[in-house]
Amino acid sequence: MSNPEQKEDKWNQEIPEVEFINVHKTFVNQTENVSVLKGIDGKVEKGTITTIIGPSGSGKSTILSLCNLLQTPDKGEVRIQGKAVQEWDIQELRRRVGIAFQAAPMINGSALENLTLPARLQGKTLEDPNTYMEYVGLTEDLLTREAKELSGGQRQRLSLARTLVNEPSILLLDEVTSALDSISAHEVEELILRINREHRTTILWVTHDLSQAERVGDQTWLVMDGKLIEASPTKVFFSKPNDTRTKEFLDMKREYI
Amino acid sequence: MSLLAIILSFSFVMIAIFLSMAFKLGLGRDLIITSIRATIQLLIVGYILKMVFGFNHPLVVVLMLLIMITVAAKNAAKRGKGLPHIFWKIFLTISIVELITQGFLLGLQIVPATPQYVISISGMIIGNSMIIVNLFLNRLKGEVEMRKEEIQLVLSLGGSMKQSIYPILKQSIRSSLIPTIEGQKTIGLVQLPGMMTGQIIAGADPIQAVRFQLLIVFLIMSAASLTAIILGFLVYPVLFNKNQQLDIREWR
Repeated sequence: MSNPEQKEDKWNQEIPEVEFINVHKTFVNQTENVSVLKGIDGKVEKGTITTIIGPSGSGKSTILSLCNLLQTPDKGEVRIQGKAVQEWDIQELRRRVGIAFQAAPMINGSALENLTLPARLQGKTLEDPNTYMEYVGLTEDLLTREAKELSGGQRQRLSLARTLVNEPSILLLDEVTSALDSISAHEVEELILRINREHRTTILWVTHDLSQAERVGDQTWLVMDGKLIEASPTKVFFSKPNDTRTKEFLDMKREYI
Repeated sequence: MSLLAIILSFSFVMIAIFLSMAFKLGLGRDLIITSIRATIQLLIVGYILKMVFGFNHPLVVVLMLLIMITVAAKNAAKRGKGLPHIFWKIFLTISIVELITQGFLLGLQIVPATPQYVISISGMIIGNSMIIVNLFLNRLKGEVEMRKEEIQLVLSLGGSMKQSIYPILKQSIRSSLIPTIEGQKTIGLVQLPGMMTGQIIAGADPIQAVRFQLLIVFLIMSAASLTAIILGFLVYPVLFNKNQQLDIREWR
């Protein structure tokens, strides 16, 4: 982000919002150990959007789930605002680092019950559910509807609104538009960009849609086989990638389009 | 009942074995083993009870109860294989239930404090609790696996472990109690409960037998609820790791 004020702010420059230091993660299933991340190093600056692309199964989603301690790194460190995730109060960390999932899961009950869930979890009441609905482009009358019966696009908006109730400073997005039709996908994308603009929310955005990654990103990462192959400003990434593997990956993907 | 009568009653098993052979059900072996097993088990229990009643000493009764609870907990713990300390959690649960119910019965002098009453009623309570534990753990595992996403969601929104598992815990407790509650609805209409039948055969007044049976029905319903609730709250923390992540990989 080329925000001149931010460049002068030494504090922000020194402490990235999210930092990965030699992060390893291995999953153990019945038969074998699967090494998903094999030493990830990277930084994400405050207020930026980092799009994360790569082949499926390359470890993209795992990178996200390490940021709010839904998974724990086996080796190395993930730091949020300069503090290792394990040192945070876990509930506070998870409120500060929100996540939205591809399937936009809902708890049983109405849209209102889902929207107010984060507040209720803290024993508070949500004063202005309508404001949140309006913000994400949903109408009030949907509040009484069964959340699981809403359309994919409505659910994803509701899911984002629900995450926003916690006022996260970092937002993790895991393929949030990939289950949606192109119109809803576009609208949800616009919504996220607006959240980023208006709240300076730092966003890590996993997507398999290359044009989306190019459209919305400030920085873009390519993750392949558990390694961070390239981390470049998005424009550079798509026009003049540094790594030959990035070039190959982009070429291969473009061939299919 | 004479020994001869028992031997004659074995011919019922022979009918079952014959039918199994005729229709190739392949149950012959199981039928024989089960019959022999039941015979030996009950004969031993009969002699042990005779001995315990003979001693008529509180310590002997407590020892007997401890053995019963241990066997029940060991059996039920199979459902929770892989969960840390599951045997002890079940043992503790059943012990608490037993203490509360017996405390009531003896404290309010609803039944006399003799080994005959304490052990027979405990047997029913402990056996029933064991079944509830089985049902509860079975259901909990299924529900957690099915509603993993929901648990993750609540955790990811900053919810505590208890908040994330609570709806699932509630559902599992409810489900595990349904058979007990349903079972009481037709009680006496179709089949007479075993204890009542026994008392009537032994020559007791049916009204007296019914009163006793009612006591047992009430006891079993409260014991079942207590079991599911206590175990639920003892077990849920081990479904998570220290970083408040749902982790049931070890649960087989």
